[in-house]
Amino acid sequence: MKGMSLIVKRITRYTVGLILLFGIYIVLHGHITPGGGFAGGVIIALSFIHLMLAFGREEADKSIKENIISFGEPVGGLMFLSIALIGLAGGVFFFNFFASKGEPFSILSAGIIPLCNIAIALKVASGLFGVFVVLSLFRLSGDKKTDEIKK
Amino acid sequence: MFELYVVMAFMIIAAIVAVFLRGLLSSVISVGAVGMGLCVMFLLLKAPDLAITQLVVEILCLIILIRATIGRGVSRATRPSSAWVIASFSIFALVFLFAAYAAFKEMPVFGAPIMRVADFYIQNALSQVKAANIVTAIILDFRGYDTLGEATVLFTSVIGVLAIMRTIGRKKPNERDESDC
Repeated sequence: MKGMSLIVKRITRYTVGLILLFGIYIVLHGHITPGGGFAGGVIIALSFIHLMLAFGREEADKSIKENIISFGEPVGGLMFLSIALIGLAGGVFFFNFFASKGEPFSILSAGIIPLCNIAIALKVASGLFGVFVVLSLFRLSGDKKTDEIKK
Repeated sequence: MFELYVVMAFMIIAAIVAVFLRGLLSSVISVGAVGMGLCVMFLLLKAPDLAITQLVVEILCLIILIRATIGRGVSRATRPSSAWVIASFSIFALVFLFAAYAAFKEMPVFGAPIMRVADFYIQNALSQVKAANIVTAIILDFRGYDTLGEATVLFTSVIGVLAIMRTIGRKKPNERDESDC
C-alpha cells in the first residue's frame, strides 16, 4: 500500500496528533462527559489508521510498531478482568472498591470506572487497528501479491 | 418529532438506494449515509454517548469496507436472480414482519418507558458510584458483567479475523491435502 499525495501527507502531519489527543481526552473524561472507553478507543485506532492510509505501510511502520496490537489486546482484556476480580475482595464481581473517595464531577472520581475505561480503550484501539491492518494488507492465497506482504 | 421523521425518511431512502446501486463504492457510501442519519437521530433523542460511538464506528466500518472490497479490485455488485434467493428472502421477510408486529404491540408508547430498573439507576448512580455520566456508571458498574461479555465478543472477532486471514500455516494454491490422495 503506497502513500497518498504531498497535500494529504502535510495535512496528516498536523491533524493526526490532534485526533490522538481527542481520543485520549474522550477516554479519560469518560465518567464526566459523553464518551467512554469504546468510543475513545475507536478514535485512537482511527488516528493510527489515518497515519497508515496517508503515509503508506513502510513509512507508518517507523512510528507504529505492530507489536502494539499483540500487546494491547490481551493486556487490555486482562486489565479489565483483573479489575473485576479484585472486586471479589469486596464481596461481589465488579465491586467498585474505592467509590467513596473523590468528589463527583472531578477527574479523580467514580472509583474503578476510569481504570475500566482505560483498559477497554487499550483493547478496542489495538483490536480494531489490528483488524484494519489484517484486512487491508494481508492477501488471501488466491491473490497475486501473497508473498510480498509476508514478514 | 417532525425532524425525527425527516431523518428516518432520509435513512430509508439511502438504504433503498444502497441496495439498487450497481457500483460498489456508491453503495458503500449510501450505507454510510444511513449510519450518519442514525447518528443525527441519536443526537435528536438526547443520547450523545451513542451518537459519538455510532459516528466513529461508522467511519471505521466505511474505511475497512472500502479498503477490503474496492481496494481488492471488486467494484461491481452482481445481482442475485435465482428464484431460490427471492423465495427465501420473501419467507424471511414475512417471518420478520410477523414477529416485529407481535413485538411492537407489547411495547410502551414512544417516550413513555417503564421506569422500574432505570429509576433505581437514576436515583442512585450519583450517590453510589460518584460518576457524573450515568451511562458510564451503568455500563461499567451496575452492568459491568455485560461489558465483560462485549469485550469477549470483540476479542473473539479479532481472533476470528486473524485466523481467517493468516499467512502462516495456509496451504499454497497448488498444494494438495494429504488425505485427498
